[in-house]
Amino acid sequence: MIWNSASEFFAMGGYGLYVWGSYVVCAAFMLTEPLLARHRHRQALRDAAAQSHDQEDQS
Amino acid sequence: MNLQGLRLYTFAAPSRFYWLTGWLIPLCWLVCLGFAAAGLYIGFFVAPTDATQGDAYRIIFIHVPTAWMSMVLYLVMAFWAGIGWAFNARMASMLARAIAPTGAMFTFLALWTGAIWGKPTWGTWWVWDARLTTELILLFLYLGYIALINAIDDQRRADQAGALLALVGSVNVPIIYFSVKWWNTLHQGASVSVTKGSSMASTMLLAMLLMAIACWAYAFAVVFMRARALTIERESHAGWVAELVQRRIAR
Repeated sequence: MIWNSASEFFAMGGYGLYVWGSYVVCAAFMLTEPLLARHRHRQALRDAAAQSHDQEDQS
Repeated sequence: MNLQGLRLYTFAAPSRFYWLTGWLIPLCWLVCLGFAAAGLYIGFFVAPTDATQGDAYRIIFIHVPTAWMSMVLYLVMAFWAGIGWAFNARMASMLARAIAPTGAMFTFLALWTGAIWGKPTWGTWWVWDARLTTELILLFLYLGYIALINAIDDQRRADQAGALLALVGSVNVPIIYFSVKWWNTLHQGASVSVTKGSSMASTMLLAMLLMAIACWAYAFAVVFMRARALTIERESHAGWVAELVQRRIAR
């Protein structure tokens, strides 16, 4: 094991802010993007449902 | 045309693409999470501290995979945009559109992690060096592509204009890749090379490659998700979408 304690792990030998500043931002982006894509997909399905509903009303 | 070719082409139909990716997306996420967990574990708990850079070097496990993806995704985007333009293939153009935001995100992350890595190792967040500048141009190319296709209302013309921009811009990708060779730059040379192998310790390399696979799987998953949304948006008048929607309501 490289780290003797949790605080040593988070300190990253004095580079904690740099290392975690990289990983946290990456994680935030890579969590947000799939959520936005899922939202867009659901919205598209809802719109399509509303559209086919309108068509049924007209016919 | 041979049979195998035919079988591949069948997934060019949006309805079949939609069905196939519905199965593939959960698989991609599984691969992504599995490899990311393994890569992060090895990167943070197995790989030793670097002799010269200390623990700041651990940024490499996310920096290099995001930088690779930023370049690969651009070429893939340009390829599909070109196919969509040349053969008037709807699904190919939709794929190109679906790739752009993910590619832009990876480019931004490569620049972001690079800047943060540069501060402790070079003493500066940013320099106008060949590698950094060309990568920044890549970000502008992605953003330009996204802005262009959204600015033109006629979807087919938007796809064509986007394809032209994407194809012309792809000349930038080899420039990024070889920039560290062609010019004297602050940015270090390639850590992994096809001809010379790797210059890194094996655990460091392993962690980086595992993270690269995780990023690949991530890109596939998100691009498929966005492509599915685009498919429904564009094909909302098609019979198969109406059927799909009705089945969802019936459930």
